[in-house]
Amino acid sequence: MPPAGDDGTGVISPTSFAYVADLLRRETAMLCEPGKEYLVEARLLPLARSAGQPDVDSYVALLGRDPSERAKAIDALTINETSWFRDLAPYQAFTEAMLPPLLEARAHVKHLEIWSAACSSGQEAYSLTMLLRENLPPGWTARIHATDVSTSMLERVRAGRYSQVEMNRGMPAQRLVTWFTRAGNEWEVSPELRSMVTTQHLNLAAPFPPMPVFDIVFLRNVLIYFDVDTKRDILRRVSSRISPDGYLLLGSSETTLDLDDAWTREAAGRVWMHRPRGASPAGTAARPASPASPASSASTTVRATAGVAQSTAPALSQTGA
Amino acid sequence: MHALIIDDSKTMRSILRRIVTELGFDTTEAGNGQEALDALEAGLVPDICLIDWNMPLMDGYTFVTRVRADDRWRNVTLMMVTTESEHGQIVRALAAGAHEYVIKPFTPDAIIEKMELLGLVAQEVPA
Repeated sequence: MPPAGDDGTGVISPTSFAYVADLLRRETAMLCEPGKEYLVEARLLPLARSAGQPDVDSYVALLGRDPSERAKAIDALTINETSWFRDLAPYQAFTEAMLPPLLEARAHVKHLEIWSAACSSGQEAYSLTMLLRENLPPGWTARIHATDVSTSMLERVRAGRYSQVEMNRGMPAQRLVTWFTRAGNEWEVSPELRSMVTTQHLNLAAPFPPMPVFDIVFLRNVLIYFDVDTKRDILRRVSSRISPDGYLLLGSSETTLDLDDAWTREAAGRVWMHRPRGASPAGTAARPASPASPASSASTTVRATAGVAQSTAPALSQTGA
Repeated sequence: MHALIIDDSKTMRSILRRIVTELGFDTTEAGNGQEALDALEAGLVPDICLIDWNMPLMDGYTFVTRVRADDRWRNVTLMMVTTESEHGQIVRALAAGAHEYVIKPFTPDAIIEKMELLGLVAQEVPA
């Protein structure tokens, strides 16, 4: 992230900061509390310059009368730096604790539906496609449903192109050469992986649009940006979109405890898997399959090998992956 | 834990030294592959070598092939840190026995995450 200008142009006044915090709150339900001024300044200063405004405060004044700049500002404020396979443990839980019972339970449909919520620029979604390609038995399909409040982030997911600096962030070299090709100064994800990912604009704080029922939901590093009531509401609505024997993964500092008693927790290595209350513990008898929709045109037949990897870091955002 | 940093740029060696020192590594530096190989022959057994590709006397690729050909150093982790960014170059380095690959320019986080991936640095334990 570029530093705010040291000539005073990047400094935000308390009034402007309050306006931005209120805007974010109204549009995305995200909390932007005092102390985050530096972040707002750093994100808005480049936009102020490209809009021809002399400083951040003038740019914030412009937001009140220019809807397109407002959309750009919200995008900029909800974007996170992210990396591939970061935190390793959630991905180990994915391959070692979640996939085996789901492969048993979904043997008759041979298909999995997975939601990467607040997907940011798609590193989490594509990390999951790699693991699926490496771990699903022949004949199986899977679809990653990648959603985000930022339309520019969703465009990036669809493009599947990443800078060299982004590729350095946690991408194992072997997977880089297996799943990416050079495209000028960038790296482009293989069509095979891209075809497994569908995108949808979604504001977690608002009622969900029609979506499949998911076997696994990754909702990592995003609840922390909402107040308790909104967290509770999001978890309640997620529980309506997850299969009775499905899995929810939150960020390492997030929990369903004391928020929504529809969930229970199971340990998987160093992470907690959150499950709809009443689900059989992972590794025991499989429950009936979910009504997850069968393979669509967006799904891809996958082959089996083995592997594990890592995922992501937040800043100020609904974009948690 | 010990890291052998192999790069003909003193500045780059200094950057890498600061990153791995903060991770708790002791370091040795070499200005090319031959110097690094001499250090190994003299008895240095690092946990990891951070290796530039293009260097005088002996390049990083040759260093990797020489280290991999000698059983004394089978447990040494090899990570390329280089401006060479072509797909084929990465494949070549991995085939020669490099474990990981970081392309310059990089952020400190990129080095740290790769070290975590290689199991050389413990990850933060989630709450």
